[in-house]
Amino acid sequence: MEQYKYLIKSSFDDFKRNKVRTLLTSLGIMVGVLSVVLLIALGLGLKNYIQGQFESLGANLLIIFPGNVFSEGSGVGGNFGAGFAGGASFDEKDVKTLSKLPDINYVVPMFMKSLVFETGREKSTGYVMATNEDAFKLLNLELLEGREFSRSDVLGKTKKAVLGYNIAEKLFIDPTIAIGKTVKVNDQRYIVIGVAKKKGDREMDSGVFVPYSSTFGNINPDKTFFTIYLGASSDKTIQNVKEDAKNALLKRYKVDDFSVTEQSQILSSINSIFAIINSVLIAIGSISLFVGGIGIMNIMYATVTERTKEIGIRRAIGATEKDILLQFLSESVVLSLLGGVIGLIVAIIIVLIVRIFFPASINIVAVVVAIFVSSAIGIFFGIFPAKRAAKLSPIEAIRYE
Amino acid sequence: MIKLIGVSKTYTLGEDKVTAVDNVSIGIKKGEYASILGTSGSGKSTLMHLIGLLERPTSGTLLINKKDISKLSDDEVSKIRNTFVGFVFQQFNLINKLTVLENVALPAIYFKGKLNFDPLKKATDLLTRFGMEKRLNFYPNKISGGQQQRVAIARALIMSPDLILADEPTGNLDSKTGDEILDILEDLNKKTGVTIVLVTHEKAVAKRTRREIYIKDGKVVSRYL
Repeated sequence: MEQYKYLIKSSFDDFKRNKVRTLLTSLGIMVGVLSVVLLIALGLGLKNYIQGQFESLGANLLIIFPGNVFSEGSGVGGNFGAGFAGGASFDEKDVKTLSKLPDINYVVPMFMKSLVFETGREKSTGYVMATNEDAFKLLNLELLEGREFSRSDVLGKTKKAVLGYNIAEKLFIDPTIAIGKTVKVNDQRYIVIGVAKKKGDREMDSGVFVPYSSTFGNINPDKTFFTIYLGASSDKTIQNVKEDAKNALLKRYKVDDFSVTEQSQILSSINSIFAIINSVLIAIGSISLFVGGIGIMNIMYATVTERTKEIGIRRAIGATEKDILLQFLSESVVLSLLGGVIGLIVAIIIVLIVRIFFPASINIVAVVVAIFVSSAIGIFFGIFPAKRAAKLSPIEAIRYE
Repeated sequence: MIKLIGVSKTYTLGEDKVTAVDNVSIGIKKGEYASILGTSGSGKSTLMHLIGLLERPTSGTLLINKKDISKLSDDEVSKIRNTFVGFVFQQFNLINKLTVLENVALPAIYFKGKLNFDPLKKATDLLTRFGMEKRLNFYPNKISGGQQQRVAIARALIMSPDLILADEPTGNLDSKTGDEILDILEDLNKKTGVTIVLVTHEKAVAKRTRREIYIKDGKVVSRYL
């Protein structure tokens, strides 16, 4: 025990004498650990965010996208971008067709657009969510004040709006006084009939929910929808509903122009996409860790040469080969760990800052991995120089000048 | 205490084989104060390194306390260097980044087991004995050669060895300081009975010991020329 304390103390003493060299050497490991931890944190954060978005939706849900986005056979994220870019543009006719299918609780079309909303005094950017009365059920959206718009509002194309909490706050300061007031968007005047409770979701909280029919011709000139959500009556009927929906849409669109996807399928697609992204990121981080490790090995070889005489003296007064091995090994491990810990601290600071704009999270696994990996690198790249030190002949070492 | 029987040490330098120690058989008894006298290149230092287990003989037998050391492992040989032998070198060989006190206490770090003394206290006592009490926290490169050699002697004594091997201990010192160091060694031998083997090329230094061993071309000879 005493000996280990001595070894670690003497490692730190040596680092104090060579501050710049120590810092530069551990920089490689620092950057490696920093990138690995940061990448995991950002990747994981983004994944959790996207997952959360889908999980917050109602149960037994089917999502219809244009293009062949998540369907089987297209591979993981196959033609992700191409899927969104091309494909079908759904319209009111599709919604009506789908509504006639059996075992359906609701059909929610969704058109989204980022626009500037104005009151007499305030201005704020938000999302128009052009949809129907069932959207509140789908999104689990509860109201703080006022009421939801109804089926007759959708049929009557009335310009009524339910505000998300954040945008209500921005436009009216006190969200509760918004009811009955007018909001102008794209030269259209909407009367606020409800304000939603805070959801904690940026898009929803800055969303303005309006009957889709009221946006046709101006905000939504093409009268199309980006997504249609289908709520099946139960988990037993969801497969039938999926098949029925596909068949119904196939009458108008080609098979590659749209996809009917279960929520669980999307979640597993997201998981596998992020598994790939993460492994790429980890591979990049590993390269910098490897390079950092070589840096440590390099400096340890230099240290061994530089301290050959010291090694000889230590051997002469009774140090065993193992003592010398441990001395240099502990030095490289401490050096590497030092880089790892600094990298970790910097990563945590960056994540705390980034969190303000972007969902990122550091988990305990990343911390353990960072510490474990940097010690492992210290051992792996330190063992060769340490072995060379241990195998030096005492008398040749002591004569070394 | 130490017995060499037909010990040789051969080095390979390129294609040439150099026999530094050639079939030497000598014995050193407990409590002796002996010198090995020889010219530069005579093999006297190699002989000392063999006795101190810094090197192993190419052939022959080396017995320490009647034990053949040729079969010992690195751990066992290191233990002998740690506890049985204390070295004093011409170049002092102190570690410059450690203080005087730390240098003297250093061998205790390598003792595997429980020490029956406090290394820092014993180091302080030894240094005080050699008049170094005001230099405990100095670094070796900040003190004089004579002072460094005193530190080296203190380090050699910290583990209470049976044998002190001094390789040209006065070689880097002026004659007055050299004499002081020799006084210390002589005094140690007399008062504590520690065996001392001193390697030198100076007849005057060898004269001060009680037994002179002459070595020439790696061989022990009866007369020094």
